[in-house]
Formats: sequence, structure tokens, C-alpha cells
Amino acid sequence: MTRGTVLAVVPAHNEAGAIGGVVDEIRAFDPGYDVVVVDDGSTDATSAIAAAHGAAVVTLPFNLGIGGAVQTGFKYALEQGYELAVRLDGDGQHDPAELPRLLAPVQAGEADIVTGSRFADGNRAYRPPLARRIGITWFAKLVSVLTRQRVTDTTSGFQALNRKGIALFAGDYPNDYPEVEATVLVFKHRLRLQEVPVRMREREHGESSITFLRSVYYVFKVTLALVIAMLRKSTMPADESKRP
Amino acid sequence: MTPVRISIAASIAALLLILVVLELIRGRRLKERYALLWLVTGVVLLVLSAWRDGLNTIARWLGVSSYPPAILFAAAILFVVVVLLHYSTVLSKLADQNTLLAQRVALLEQRLGRRSDAAEGDAD
Repeated sequence: MTRGTVLAVVPAHNEAGAIGGVVDEIRAFDPGYDVVVVDDGSTDATSAIAAAHGAAVVTLPFNLGIGGAVQTGFKYALEQGYELAVRLDGDGQHDPAELPRLLAPVQAGEADIVTGSRFADGNRAYRPPLARRIGITWFAKLVSVLTRQRVTDTTSGFQALNRKGIALFAGDYPNDYPEVEATVLVFKHRLRLQEVPVRMREREHGESSITFLRSVYYVFKVTLALVIAMLRKSTMPADESKRP
Repeated sequence: MTPVRISIAASIAALLLILVVLELIRGRRLKERYALLWLVTGVVLLVLSAWRDGLNTIARWLGVSSYPPAILFAAAILFVVVVLLHYSTVLSKLADQNTLLAQRVALLEQRLGRRSDAAEGDAD
């Protein structure tokens, strides 16, 4: 079996409408990328469509939430021995054309994890609604203070990782807006994090399903999780990364 | 002083709790690990209920002068809170293990599917 050196991890939950296009787009952009779609307990044909478009498919027996699904993808990357991984969302909002910019600092050995930021310098294209912008700003400021590093986009799931990053996230990855907490995790484990400005597309299928009350709940929950994460010793819960 | 009837009624209730917990363990419907807190709860309540002087002394220490049996409620609530908190930690652990299992199953299934695909390919 021939294997590309880069694995694209695509978490998807009921994305039958978009997943085929996402897989095709990645493969069309660079046929050297392998694609794994993690189907997070979808009730539609997400798994079948992803497989038909040539992706490896890992189907979770029930819905774990985005964090659990993403972590599954990194566990797959670790098991299969990939040196580099990128993560794109299954709804098509991440453009594979941006991948080389994400990968460059990792390949150059300057960073272990690179996040595509919608708000980094020179990036003014993306204007989310006010409530969302407040939440995003709050977490960006909080995380920047906690990690003593300027972070502009803590909720972006557009990332590139080397083997160290893959191993960290395979062993420990939070749930519910996992990217915010994961940033602190990266800092605690002394991995090098970088941001590069990227453009993201508007969501193609359906609206973000998060209501106002839920957002408030998440802001409090994730803030608590952040503070706890800072107080925690940087040990993995179950040392999955050392599994053969 | 604690009225005798309250003492008797509370003792019977505590005894019942202990007996029910023991019976559940005997029938393997409750693991010893989770039963221990309930047994401690039952024993403490039994002691406080039956030993009237003791309840009065503790009530006096805590400044409860009008109605010593209030201490029984306080003790019972305290233990219920401890048991609930313990269950929350058990639940959290189970949830983590559940996630881990789901991920392992999914990854193994994927590996298995690929292997059987390869086997079919060989057969052709």
C-alpha cells in the first residue's frame, strides 16, 4: 500500500451534502494527501459517501461530539504512522488551497502546530455576528494572557500538526469548542504553536446550530475548563500515545 | 433532649437502610465499592439516632438548642451530598472510558474492514 506523508483528518457529523465535495477537493488539490473522514455517529450517508469518494472512513458507533471525533482522527494518524496531519472541517468551510501555508512552518521545523486564523494580521475578510465576535474576542484575549503568546483565533479547527502535535492530541483532546482548551494544552506541553492568516468560506449547508443560551453556557464552561487546564499538571489522562 | 419516639423511628429507618444495602450487595446488585459510603451513612445515622445523649451533646456543640433531631437531618443531607459527588466522579470516569472504547472500536473496525477488502482483492 502506498501512503502519502500527509494525512487530512476530516471530522463529519451528518454532512452527507458536503463531505463528498470536501474529500474530492482535498484529493484534487494534492493527490499525495491521504484523507480520513471520522463519521461522528451520523444518521445520514456521510460514511458511505466519504468511502465512495476514496477516503478512509472511521465510523464512531455513536455521537461523541467534535472533540471526540477529532481525537479519533489523530489516533488514526498516530497508529498509521503519519508524520504530518492537517485537520479540515467536514462542512467545506476550509479551503485546501490554504494547506501549503499551514504546513510550511511545520515542515520548516518552526512549529509543532499551526492554526489557520481568520483574524490574524492582514485578515479582515471574515466578520461574524456580534455575539459570536464577543465570544471569540474574549477567548482570544484570555488565551493570549494565559499562554503569554498572541493568539487571535482560538476557535479555528483549521490546523496542521507534526508528529509531536498528533501524539499530544491523540492522547488528550477536550470536547465542546475543543480548540480553545487545546491551545492551552499545547502551551502546557511546551509545544510550539503558530498562527497563519487564512480565509474561510461561509458555511455551505445549514446554519451553525448554536443558540444564544447555549453560547452563554459554552462561554462559562470553556472558561472554567481553561482555568482548570492551567492549574492541571501536564500529564495525559490515559497514556494512549505510548500504545504500540 | 431527643424525644424517645423520634429516636426509635430514626433508628429503625437507619437499620432499614443498612439492611437494604447489605441485601443489595448480597444479591450482587450493588458493588461493595459503591455500597461502602451508604453503609457508613447508615451506621452514622443509626448511632446518632440511638444514642440520644450523644445527639444532644453534638447539638449543643453546634449551637442547636431548640431541636436536637435537626442534627439527624444535617448529617443525612451531608452524607447524601458526599454520595452524589462520588457518583459524579464515577459518571465522569465512565464517560471518559466510554469515549475511549467508542474510538477504539471505530479504529479497529476500520482496520478490519481494510483487511477484509485486501483479502477479497487477493481472492479475485
